[in-house]
Amino acid sequence: MAPLAVAVPIMVAALIIMVDRRLPRLAIDLLATAGALADVVFTALILHQSASGRVITWSAGWKPVHGLSVGIVLVDDPIGAGIALLAAALVVLALVFSWHYIESEEGHYHCLMLLFLAGMEGFALTGDIFDMFVFFELMGAAAYALTGMKIEDPTSVQGGMNFGIINSLGAYIALMGVGLLYAKTGQLGLPQLGRALAHQPRSELLVAAFVMLMAGFLVKGAMAPFHFWLADAHAVAPSPVCVLFSGVMVPLGVYGAFRVYWAAFPTAIARPDVSRAFLALGVVTAVVGAVMCLEQRNFKRLLAYSTIAHVGLFIVALGLLTSEGVAGAAIYIVSHAGVKAALFLMAGVLLARYGTVDEAELHGRCGDAGLLRWLMPVGGLALACLPPFGTALGKEISEDAGSAAGYLWVPALFVAVSACTGGAVLRVAGRMLFGLGPPPEEGAGQTSGDEEREGEPLRRIPATMAVPILTLLGGALAVGILPGVHAAAENAARIFVDSGGYRNQALFGTAARLPAVHEGGWSLSGVLLGLLSAGLALGVAAVGIWSRPITHHFPRLLDWGRRPLSVLRELHSGHVGDYVAWLMLGLAALGGLLSLPAR
Amino acid sequence: MSFYPYLVAVWLLVVGAFGIVRSRNLIHAILCLSVSQSGTYVLLLAVGYQWHAKPPVFGEPATHPTAKVVDPVVQAMTLTDIVVSATVTALLLALATQIHKRHGTLDPDELRQLKG
Repeated sequence: MAPLAVAVPIMVAALIIMVDRRLPRLAIDLLATAGALADVVFTALILHQSASGRVITWSAGWKPVHGLSVGIVLVDDPIGAGIALLAAALVVLALVFSWHYIESEEGHYHCLMLLFLAGMEGFALTGDIFDMFVFFELMGAAAYALTGMKIEDPTSVQGGMNFGIINSLGAYIALMGVGLLYAKTGQLGLPQLGRALAHQPRSELLVAAFVMLMAGFLVKGAMAPFHFWLADAHAVAPSPVCVLFSGVMVPLGVYGAFRVYWAAFPTAIARPDVSRAFLALGVVTAVVGAVMCLEQRNFKRLLAYSTIAHVGLFIVALGLLTSEGVAGAAIYIVSHAGVKAALFLMAGVLLARYGTVDEAELHGRCGDAGLLRWLMPVGGLALACLPPFGTALGKEISEDAGSAAGYLWVPALFVAVSACTGGAVLRVAGRMLFGLGPPPEEGAGQTSGDEEREGEPLRRIPATMAVPILTLLGGALAVGILPGVHAAAENAARIFVDSGGYRNQALFGTAARLPAVHEGGWSLSGVLLGLLSAGLALGVAAVGIWSRPITHHFPRLLDWGRRPLSVLRELHSGHVGDYVAWLMLGLAALGGLLSLPAR
Repeated sequence: MSFYPYLVAVWLLVVGAFGIVRSRNLIHAILCLSVSQSGTYVLLLAVGYQWHAKPPVFGEPATHPTAKVVDPVVQAMTLTDIVVSATVTALLLALATQIHKRHGTLDPDELRQLKG
């Protein structure tokens, strides 16, 4: 089943290229959507099967004998199958949205979307570290092409270029890590690697390989200081593509890093060292993302920085290296994908209607946006973790995991970051849709890079655009409301962190069944903290809308606050050379954090 | 196998990255990316190499199954890597020609529309 999830989208993509010229656009749309829907079915079946033990597939039947194998393995546990299902579902919704959104007559776009899907499925489902590199690059190549797809648009090609260079360099660094691991162990499969490394003492070579692998995957995972490409790519890529970038591609980078850690390295590198490195860089990522998010007035760029902030939170939750942290991050990633994808599609609708998503240009002009007038504030509040959205449940579980691990600052960080990012969205919604606050000053321009509208302005919102938005928000709500989500995530997380079970089941077909948890759900403190962050988000939005008259009276206060902010903004220079310098610096920082003696 | 190929591999990776940092032309930057990637080829081949070993082709009378051969796995990986590199380089070069058409320049210092 798992190989089909990778092969079917590739075959449908090839079919589309073959019949492209002969079929009308509608047929191409239906074909592509059907291909992605088939993947939803495959991954849902794998997810269902994996609940009672990992689904192991040895390609071409090269099964291991006495734990030794020359084959390539796919190991699918509920977390891997879950993120694969998320990818397939988001591609379906993005393709449905694109029926009226993407106007080109040719099927290149659909073909690239399906190849992108195949790359993501392969990356999520494989149990082989070299396959991870290959699928990482497959999804990368499709993503660069999708970013730079509008070749008439100058910023679009430039965003694609920055994205391509940084991510490919990251992939090559990861491949160096793969090579070093192979040199040390002679293995490429994650189960075999786990077995080979289980009794190895820590060595400098292993640390170097680990650092390179983590850096490579976390370039796609947009961890600071590897995150610079993300905002450029999101600002210029078509909105349905941004849905996939923010919703699942970036979390997949994080997934890859932690999958490799848990499958291969949990005993080879001391856990406190790894945890410290991820917590430190996760906090930096979250803070940088949240601050830059408040600074944006291009709505898509703002959402991109909000993704960076949330990825920081995911890295903190996963970096606790406990199953509770994994469970919280899993729920948060799924519901964040729903909310953020819905917001990106709303940005797409705004762009199709008004030709821009600049907050100042659209001030008070979007009062006739119909459905969006209600959905955008809801999206903002959901991003700010208003219960009972799934984001709030994921936040609550992650906060509890942080407090349980002795990090009492974790809840504060989660509340602050979700309030800032949700508040920024609410501010934009208030100014664009309801015309709140003073009109913008002329010449305060600071936009950079924008997606260009395709064709004629959109009069009314067609059902193919409204339904995906409602489905995504409904999905995020369902994650919070449905009973048993917490317990299922907790069980999946326990399987994810069970390194011994991972290799034993893959190599010997035996794994001890873990005791299942059945309870779990909302707690009073979680609901209160969710309400607190939603309330703070409203405050942040209000300050953003009405602050100018206040700060007008205190210009020096403003200057004092502006200086560090402008330095931070200058760092996001859009210059590919700067980004590569930061990548190398981040590599060194990660190596330094992992080599420092533990506390 | 001696230590030098590994030094060369790391050197290529770093010098390629340095080239991108200092680049004043995107074509140059893309080629620097290829230089970085050459580091991975050198590393992978060095990992599998053995002195006085034969090519990994079995079945010939010259190569008995127990004979010492170089590791074919890393060679396959290098080939895959080269294919990936060709795809990415071609795609990036295509984007570079488009950037030149739209902006009239390939100097990253002058491409300052994506900022902040």
